Amino acid sequence: MNDNAKTPTGNPGAGGARTKGDVLLEVRGLKIDGESDEIWRPIVKGVDLSLKRGEVLGVIGESGAGKSTIGLAAMGYARPGCRISGGSVVFDGLDLVSASDEQRRKLRGSRIAYVAQSAAASFNPAHQLMPQTIEAELREGLRTKAEAEKDAVELYRRLRLPNPEEIGFRYPHQVSGGQLQRAMTAMAMTCRPDLIIFDEPTTALDVTTQVEVLAAIRDIVEQFHTAAIYITHDLAVVAQMADRIMVLRHGLEVEEAPTREMLSNPKQDYTKSLWSVRKLGKEEQPGGDAILQVKNVTAAYGNAVKVLNDVTVTVPRGRTVAVVGESGSGKSTLARVITGLLPPIAGEIVFDGKVLPRALKDRNPDILRRIQMIYQMPDTALNPRQTVYEVIGRPLEFYLGLTGAKKEARILELLKLIEMDEGHLDRLPGELSGGQKQRICIARALAAEPQLIICDEVTSALDQIVQEEILKLLLRLQRELNVSYLFITHDIATVRAISDEIVVMFQGQVVQQGPKTRVLSPPYPPYTELLLSSVPEMDPDWLSNLLAKRKAQPAAMQSQDR
Amino acid sequence: MNPVLRTVLQRLGLGIATLFVVSIIISLTIEMLPGDFAKAILGQSATPETVAAFQREVGLDRSPVVRYVEWVGGIVRGDFGESYASAGSLAGHRRLVSEMIAPRLLNTLFLAGAAAMIAVPLSLFLGIMAALYRNSYFDRAVNVVSLTSISSPEFFLAYILIMFLAVKFPIFVSLASITPGMSLGDRLYAIMLPTLTLVLVIVAHMMRMTRAAIINLLASPYIEMSRLKGVKPLQIILRHALPNAWAPIANVIALNLAYLVVGVVVVEVVFTYPGIGQLMVDAVSKRDLPVVQGCALVFAATYILLNLLADVVTIVSNPRLLHPR
Repeated sequence: MNDNAKTPTGNPGAGGARTKGDVLLEVRGLKIDGESDEIWRPIVKGVDLSLKRGEVLGVIGESGAGKSTIGLAAMGYARPGCRISGGSVVFDGLDLVSASDEQRRKLRGSRIAYVAQSAAASFNPAHQLMPQTIEAELREGLRTKAEAEKDAVELYRRLRLPNPEEIGFRYPHQVSGGQLQRAMTAMAMTCRPDLIIFDEPTTALDVTTQVEVLAAIRDIVEQFHTAAIYITHDLAVVAQMADRIMVLRHGLEVEEAPTREMLSNPKQDYTKSLWSVRKLGKEEQPGGDAILQVKNVTAAYGNAVKVLNDVTVTVPRGRTVAVVGESGSGKSTLARVITGLLPPIAGEIVFDGKVLPRALKDRNPDILRRIQMIYQMPDTALNPRQTVYEVIGRPLEFYLGLTGAKKEARILELLKLIEMDEGHLDRLPGELSGGQKQRICIARALAAEPQLIICDEVTSALDQIVQEEILKLLLRLQRELNVSYLFITHDIATVRAISDEIVVMFQGQVVQQGPKTRVLSPPYPPYTELLLSSVPEMDPDWLSNLLAKRKAQPAAMQSQDR
Repeated sequence: MNPVLRTVLQRLGLGIATLFVVSIIISLTIEMLPGDFAKAILGQSATPETVAAFQREVGLDRSPVVRYVEWVGGIVRGDFGESYASAGSLAGHRRLVSEMIAPRLLNTLFLAGAAAMIAVPLSLFLGIMAALYRNSYFDRAVNVVSLTSISSPEFFLAYILIMFLAVKFPIFVSLASITPGMSLGDRLYAIMLPTLTLVLVIVAHMMRMTRAAIINLLASPYIEMSRLKGVKPLQIILRHALPNAWAPIANVIALNLAYLVVGVVVVEVVFTYPGIGQLMVDAVSKRDLPVVQGCALVFAATYILLNLLADVVTIVSNPRLLHPR
């Protein structure tokens, strides 16, 4: 247990010279089955993996590749509906597959810890952070309660949480997502485990927050010489964190190599295709007449603080305007105001030359038809009990009065437009993949023949390869149908790929607005610079360089701690 | 303001409004009862003069609205009125409704309390154990037994208990008569059989809700997290699931406790227990309207109070409500 509190300066960076110990975890021929419809199907089909003490292994792959399942199996844990059907997971001499429940349980939390993707959901809402943080060490009798609390405060401090003395006595709902993610890392660290599984720990965070959490995780893992498995679908993130990278697909290893080698010289075609995804781009086109003008809009929920403050945004016909900003900046509220779900307090919305009624109930069906929306979570945006036919058929009937053979013909046309076919007509959302579900949402929006589609983080829940497909589809549809997009996102790569114009929002106000090339080239306003500089790059030294740079000019560059 | 206090005040206000509406409904219903109250009370042979005198005395000669206003006005001052049964009879022998209800209500509360003391902890315990060992033989056995008991009519359960525990094996007594001078132990002994009957009736509902509320939470990410922290299975349920399950459980408990106060007339009759349920049924058959009205109000107030308690538990058990951001 290395307890010295050296300050984390001049990190060698991922892939740098770190001393590695003997082998800690040895996975051989791991097979895991998952049950669906009472049939066991293989999810992981024989994966080997070995990890030395103090080493960080990055595991990447698209969703469904079996990343999380392998991460959990490294703790000897299989989710309900899954079972480890073969192979061995030897942790420090003990095979966790054949070990007893009691043996496995004793290891968890004390010697192998887990950091989940959504800390907000993984902290128990009924208890304060502190008792949850120190639960495992109290159970193992490693420290007294007072010592454990003192140690937890020290960990909170090292993870740069604000008010480390007091934050432990808050409830999860009183703490922001980024802070919870760090608190969860502190919780994992309390017993000074030999191994931590990080399962997409920053995926749910804004880029500006992600930088803080990544830096904190990297420091503390280095300080305590902890081995880690870092699971993510974001290549740029894994490049900062891992010593070695393992690429997974369909439950099998594609390739494995040290980070720098993997980044500079991927061998397999699949890996190369992952690397190329981030290069999608769109030629910026100048705007024509405006289809939508949001003029000086101010909005609030209830009588609370203003969520939007004097916001003005223009969307040219047939173009894409990307609205970027971190969570809480008012992006989604803007969408709610435009659609009429939240009537603004002040300002007006002009659509196709006419001022729109503020409230949804005052708008006629034709206006509703012309503005459609696509949501972040296709899972929740689709009624799980309606087939694809019903989902797409409904707007055709409702807005356009199509029935019978005409409706069916149009549905098939729309399916063709989104590159799906009649074989999908009778499927329920549960029988489709995430990307397919989002396509159905797009088809549903298109069915109304809208002039403007508001896309609210439509690719955030998808992995990168599917993201690229969806973005390409949206671009093609725009070329063919001349539809305009208001594209809400916090992902700068997506913005580069799809937008003509960019609106940068911060705390309910528009910070910057203009053509893509102008917004994305210097000189930047401070917030735009912070946002852009926080987007991880594939360079494994990116995080170290960024932190060094921010340290050099601290005040102007500090992100809002959220 | 403190959210608990605010909710309590809010619900109390709403509760009083509800009681007010209930009082109107009670009075309207009673106006609609067929037959002549005076005749029902004085008997068929009563002369028109006695009937008129009786009506004058109890105020039945005035309009329903005036009587309603007087009744509500009296209740606000704590006066539930006088029983008709005593009116018009011997002078000086007047019985206040409140005097008639109070001892009966105490008896009912005593029985309900005894049943609740056994049933609530028992159903929580069984529910937690059934959730812990879900789908095991224990879980199934508990479910089958409790479903059987809830599916049987109360009087049937009561007679079964009497047959086994009072007749074949005379452990308890079948007549639950209690008198003012009895010691607590004697009283508890006397009401053992009705208590057991009530326990059998209400355990199933509460037990199944406890089990369902806990199992419902076991798929949450924070439960998985506690498993991955190596928390023991029982501790997962007690420390991580149960604190988040109190709201639905408390609501079902409140509903069942209300039943213990207002719905047990059958059990009271079987064991000839002098509770408020019997008082109300007697009063209805005797057309003793002030007593009926008083009982109905007490029942309504019981429901409102118990639901208020459930709301308070809901808030206190949820930090999001107790400690807003």
